[in-house]
Amino acid sequence: MSKTLSVDVHHVTRVEGHGNIRVRARDGVVEQVQWQVPEAPRFFEAMVRGRSWEEIQIVACRICGICSFAHSLASIKAVEAAMGVEVSEQTDKLRILAYGGEQLESHVLHVGYLVAPDLLGVKSVVPLASTHPDVVKTVIRAHRLGNEWMEMLGGRRTHPVSFRVGGFGRLPSEDELRSLQDRLRKAVPDLKRIAEVLLSLADRIPAFERETEYIALVHPKEYTFYHGEIGSTDMGGELVGIQEFESVVNEYVSPQSTAKWTRWHRDSYAVGALARFKLNAAKLRPLAAQTARMFGLSPDCTNPYMNSIAQVVEAVEVVEAGIEQIDDLLTRGIRPERPRVVPRAGTGVGCVEAPRGILFHKYSFDSNGICTGANICIPTNQNHANIQKDFEALVPRILDRTEDEIRLMLEMLVRAYDPCISCSTHFLRVEFV
Amino acid sequence: MAKPTVAIFDFACCEGCQLQIVNMEEELLDLLTIVQPVEWREAMSDRSDEYDIAIVEGSITRSEDEDRLRKIRERAKILIAIGACATTGGVNKLKNNFDLADVRRCVYGDKAGLPHLRTAPTKSAPEVVKVDYCVHGCPMNDREFSYVVRCLAMGTEPVEKNYPVCVECKMRGTICRYEYNEICLGPITRGGCNAPCPAGGGFCYGCRGYVPEPNVNAAKEVMERYGRTVEELKGRLLLFNSTQEPTNV
Repeated sequence: MSKTLSVDVHHVTRVEGHGNIRVRARDGVVEQVQWQVPEAPRFFEAMVRGRSWEEIQIVACRICGICSFAHSLASIKAVEAAMGVEVSEQTDKLRILAYGGEQLESHVLHVGYLVAPDLLGVKSVVPLASTHPDVVKTVIRAHRLGNEWMEMLGGRRTHPVSFRVGGFGRLPSEDELRSLQDRLRKAVPDLKRIAEVLLSLADRIPAFERETEYIALVHPKEYTFYHGEIGSTDMGGELVGIQEFESVVNEYVSPQSTAKWTRWHRDSYAVGALARFKLNAAKLRPLAAQTARMFGLSPDCTNPYMNSIAQVVEAVEVVEAGIEQIDDLLTRGIRPERPRVVPRAGTGVGCVEAPRGILFHKYSFDSNGICTGANICIPTNQNHANIQKDFEALVPRILDRTEDEIRLMLEMLVRAYDPCISCSTHFLRVEFV
Repeated sequence: MAKPTVAIFDFACCEGCQLQIVNMEEELLDLLTIVQPVEWREAMSDRSDEYDIAIVEGSITRSEDEDRLRKIRERAKILIAIGACATTGGVNKLKNNFDLADVRRCVYGDKAGLPHLRTAPTKSAPEVVKVDYCVHGCPMNDREFSYVVRCLAMGTEPVEKNYPVCVECKMRGTICRYEYNEICLGPITRGGCNAPCPAGGGFCYGCRGYVPEPNVNAAKEVMERYGRTVEELKGRLLLFNSTQEPTNV
């Protein structure tokens, strides 16, 4: 093979934030493959210093508009851990229910609006509105449900206002919960329809496998997004407490992209829906498990493109779980309660599974509850080294294809990780030659 | 008449305001019948250097981003800033209250001296170029966004709200957050959001910027009545209303 190749994608489209792809090959030899991130850094960890404990969530959720519930809940859990605040069972259950809405909204947005155009050979969802109107309307309905679910419990669909340290600023009424449950039941056929359409396009998902480490929250009883400890496919069943997260993520500055990257047992690891599925598949509810079987998705899958399919499985899981959780809440009845917090000095860690992977927030406070330091480790940071390693493995295998095909496959790979580059509080600026 | 072409660009931000556009769901399909999107990186792979209306999200934090915004301004007939990061600088201006070398050290430790880590004081879009219309808020309000785009497509002038958030709490019948002993910025913050934060059980943190000609005396009276200080109010104002220069509270 004597292929000479030059692929440059400046700002990959249909992803959240800014990322570039650069590939160089001469006479069939790959000379350079790079995943670069030029996002303007925003320095959140510096900006939260001096803010009061009750303002941390307000600042932290602005890290990301697409996973603002994840950042809200991780930051609130961290503040509660730092101040020794125990929340009621009702608060815990309502937060988990609310968080299902963000998983649904984000996964449907990613699979329906950002990934599907690649599988259908178009540049965006806009032309699909006229060529595939029924499918687009089904996707819109599921997306709208995710949003309205979030709004009902969080007070707003982006940057929620009802999540407070210690509990809820506003509780949902039992009628609201009943109406949400009714809508969740009605959404099941929509999700089935979306899964069927994707299944009919599944042969367009590239068959690319690469062994790597996968990391996610693991809970003994639940397919979890909120509680649990850190699990890894390289650790057998052994788990690590979330307080120890800094020894898991091992952030470092990459000389190539100058972004903070992470590694644990290998050069890189992956987080996200596929990682969660691989570590928790046995605990999926029946319809979600059935959806996974439809696609032949099993815990031994190492194809990063299948992350989007794992998201579809999770979209079904959170709807099924939501219906059950509302039954449970209604049986107990919603009791009025007000969060009460006495600030104190301390340090705390909060961890949740954001739609795109495990997310850690850590804050320290003085005795007045004023923040003195923070460390935030977001999922996309944790995936960057793995995207790079995937690129290095994939490019030599597809070098015989056209430049356009190679470009598309690399773009699709980046999109499969559902990167959220604005979350990149750590990203450094990249100088491009 | 040809549909006006629209391009959407983002700078330093969370891209949550673009998400509000997606979140319009079916109404977005309606909006597409009166305007033609030609570039929108987050949602489309299409690109264009020619557009009638430029929509800009995010704060300006580097000199090359100022240049990029100026080029966008030159090409566009109309420029709309969406969301607090673009309209006022928003939460990104919290950074301006610190020494920037210290900010870099805080996040990047011993690597802070590297030249590519430089960052400039955060600016809003109107601090760099002429902005024709602002859609305020964090996130921006999708109703207001739709209103502004529809007005422009029909050739009418959109009108900005000029009353404080308190007006909307009264209309909704929301209990005042001061009754819960919380510092709320409703009295001096621009309304138009329909006050979702107090209604959702939180205080207003001023994400829409100051109402035109804020009634400072009334705000002082509220502080006095509830036994809070103006200093506490100013401290909370830093969240979304910090300035280009460090603010000493």
